[in-house]
Amino acid sequence: MEALTPVIAVLLALAIGAIMLLALQVNPATAYAALADGAFGSTFAVAQTLVKATPLLLVGLGICIAFRGGVINIGGEGQIIVGALATTAFTLGFPDAPLLVLLPGGLICGMLVGGLWGGIAGVLKARFGVNEILTTIMMNAIAVQLSNFLLRGPMIDPKEIVSGTLLAQSARLPETSWLPRLIPQTLLHAGAIFAVVMAVLVYVLLWRTVLGYRIRAVGLNADAARYAGIRVPVYQALALLLSGALAGLAGAVEVLGVSHRMMEGVSGGYGFSGIVAALFGKLHPLGAIPASVLFGSLLVGADKMQRAVQVPSALIDALNGLVVLFVVGSDILVRRRAQRRREQEPHA
Amino acid sequence: MVFPKTPMAQLPTGRDRIEELRMVGITKRFPGVLANDRVDFDVRAGEIHALLGENGAGKSTLMRQLCGLYKPDADEIHLNGALRHFNSPADSIHAGIGMIHQHFMLVPALTVAENVALGLSSSRGPLLDLDRVSKRIDELGKRYSLKVQPDAQVWQLSVGEQQRVEILKALYRGAALLALDEPTAVLTPQEVGELFKVLRQMAADGHALIFISHKLHEIIDVSQRVTVMRDGRVVSTHPTAGSTRAQLASEMVGRPVILEYEKKPYAPPVVGEAPRLEVDDLWVRGDRGRDALRGVSLEVHAGEILGIAGVSGNGQRELAEALTGLRPVAKGHVRVNGRDLTHASPLQRIAAGQSAIPEERMKDGVVKDFSVAENLILQDHGHAPFSRGGFMDPTAITRESAALVKGFNVKTPTLDTPTKNLSGGNIQKLILARELSRKPAVLICAQPSRGVDIGATEYIHQRLLEQRERGMATLLISEDLDELLALSDRIGVMYEGRLMAVMDRAEATLARLGLLMAGVSS
Ligand SMILES: Nc1ncnc2c1ncn2[C@@H]1O[C@H](COP(=O)(O)OP(=O)(O)O)[C@@H](O)[C@H]1O
Ligand SMILES: [Mg+2]
Repeated sequence: MEALTPVIAVLLALAIGAIMLLALQVNPATAYAALADGAFGSTFAVAQTLVKATPLLLVGLGICIAFRGGVINIGGEGQIIVGALATTAFTLGFPDAPLLVLLPGGLICGMLVGGLWGGIAGVLKARFGVNEILTTIMMNAIAVQLSNFLLRGPMIDPKEIVSGTLLAQSARLPETSWLPRLIPQTLLHAGAIFAVVMAVLVYVLLWRTVLGYRIRAVGLNADAARYAGIRVPVYQALALLLSGALAGLAGAVEVLGVSHRMMEGVSGGYGFSGIVAALFGKLHPLGAIPASVLFGSLLVGADKMQRAVQVPSALIDALNGLVVLFVVGSDILVRRRAQRRREQEPHA
Repeated sequence: MVFPKTPMAQLPTGRDRIEELRMVGITKRFPGVLANDRVDFDVRAGEIHALLGENGAGKSTLMRQLCGLYKPDADEIHLNGALRHFNSPADSIHAGIGMIHQHFMLVPALTVAENVALGLSSSRGPLLDLDRVSKRIDELGKRYSLKVQPDAQVWQLSVGEQQRVEILKALYRGAALLALDEPTAVLTPQEVGELFKVLRQMAADGHALIFISHKLHEIIDVSQRVTVMRDGRVVSTHPTAGSTRAQLASEMVGRPVILEYEKKPYAPPVVGEAPRLEVDDLWVRGDRGRDALRGVSLEVHAGEILGIAGVSGNGQRELAEALTGLRPVAKGHVRVNGRDLTHASPLQRIAAGQSAIPEERMKDGVVKDFSVAENLILQDHGHAPFSRGGFMDPTAITRESAALVKGFNVKTPTLDTPTKNLSGGNIQKLILARELSRKPAVLICAQPSRGVDIGATEYIHQRLLEQRERGMATLLISEDLDELLALSDRIGVMYEGRLMAVMDRAEATLARLGLLMAGVSS
């Protein structure tokens, strides 16, 4: 039953969406058919869905670690951006390096710098008790400004200067650094497989390693963890750092797999939707896989639906918002009810 | 209003007395448990009838049927000789039955008067006549020494005060029979004494009282008759006078229970042998910034249990917290095995051979959402055999925790069961298993049997004594004087942040401890 609540939440959101569509005098059946078709109707559609699901999954995995450690990471957007910047800088800096250096190096750079971004919030929390929600949000703003500056200044594509268009984007990455395509004629790249492997690794980290055990202990009961000699602030900081590293990796994968260059908007809201995907997957790394595919399909399918039935794009946003609302809301509801049931039980 | 002189069948509150309530053959089944099995129970005006039984014996279930919360599968309830059926709480309130539940049923944001008046019709129709309610609360409060401010908001009140509000609420609604479900579980010993005064006054006025507890001395202290329940059945009903604690305990558990342990006499330390735990002029601040400990000095030797008595709030909690590294020390020294640990972290203390049993076991002792096995390795997960090279070893964890669960008699369906599903006694045994399996040199042990049933308490005490014989030095902080007298080799009393006196067990009597706890030094 409890496993079904997210599904029911999605169905409810779609039902309310249907009412809104009716109000716009659009046949919901047509609209949703377009949505499904857009997300899964062809090889290309499926590939597109998976392309969107990949960064969602990577960010979502980081969110799983943070939330399991009892800390909240709202800084996915910024971490994606700095990760993407670092990857771009590295690959553009060594264009002639062989693939075996360039690709792993690029990914690692993204992870490291994303981890740094999350880790700064972690250290501020650990040492000075600064609320991580505030710092991660502020670090988002800093990342955006940093990216604006670099993409208009030091990192701008020289061609943009020559042509005078001055588009804020970096030069194209050397082809040796690109993530290989999985299906020809689509954008689907090896990053998708990579993300699934990471999901398994995060699972192993959380449930099979000492580090993961401590992160979970700290997240579930910081008092008992402290009493048992676990250094709570250290593990909270590490959880934020790992969370940032995975978001940074998402940024790296986006530039190496999809855009092949750094540009504005590379984070694409994944830093926020990744949180929802993680919650939808019950904060379990393996649950995040189907959750990311679902939200990826909503993102892709909504495009098609918008074109097919000519609804304003605000409706698509509203639909996404409804899904989030119902998913998170149903989660709270289920937990409340479980708690009430526990309280009503006779006190042993 | 002045209380009228009571005619025979009326209470001073103006209500008819309940001369006799009889419950006959009450049976209630829940999925998988027969919570009440043909239970007979009766109570008369003017008596305090105790209902005694371990957790899960079916006491609360019986009371919930009396107050109309559960419908019995089979029942007969006679009130003053007439057969009655209580289909809802309103029915039973109307019949004059009041109930104080284990969990209070007050609205925190409302005032005392509003809570009392909640759900009652008022003389001003739909408008609340709070002045009248307040006046009545004052009268009732005076009569039964239930001090509360009618206009105070409930969330501001202490637990003891909230309980008084519940009792007032029941009296206000005209309860002639009052059932109290484990009312003392949440009270300090002083508050317990006050509650007993209230109950005795009510009984003297002709109320019928049902008092539920699993604490033997309370039952002996306050009740005239006692009914013992075990596994849903009534084991016996008899007058309390003449019953001993040991007899009640064995009726309750179903086997002989040891209340006085056999203890090897304590051998005083060899001259020159350093104590295992030394505390020297310890000063510690409390939560509100005041000095909670004001120069405490003590020593515990190998193989010794030093008991610390005191009314709660006199610095015992802060002492335990300072010794476990949770609270900074302002001044003084702490040495364990000769090593200075005054400002050490919890981790350093564990490494120095100190274990601890926290007062608040659900907060500090276990991660309630962790499995039993995960909680058993809360300190030791970082090294062999539980982990190697940063990776956990599930086989070793299962093997070792299975041994601990067995060795310490922790009743759990599986090792993967979430710890929150265990009873209090079993969670405490789990903590004990974890802490003692490290063979500590020093144990800081706070309130080890609070909220734990007799069987588990006895077990925990035996294990502590076993470790004492092995040579562990134990600092036992407890509010349960019986526990301290049964286990300690020496006993000290804390009062307002100071250790008043430390005496040998042989010199410690309840009377002497009681005086010291009240701050009277001889
Ligand atoms: N609402 C309920 N649903 C299922 N089982 C219950 C319920 N209330 C009590 N029980 C079970 O009935 C038994 C007696 O419980 P209870 O009356 O609360 O015992 P006591 O008050 O003596 O500790 C226990 O095994 C308990 O788990
Ligand atoms: Mg009960």
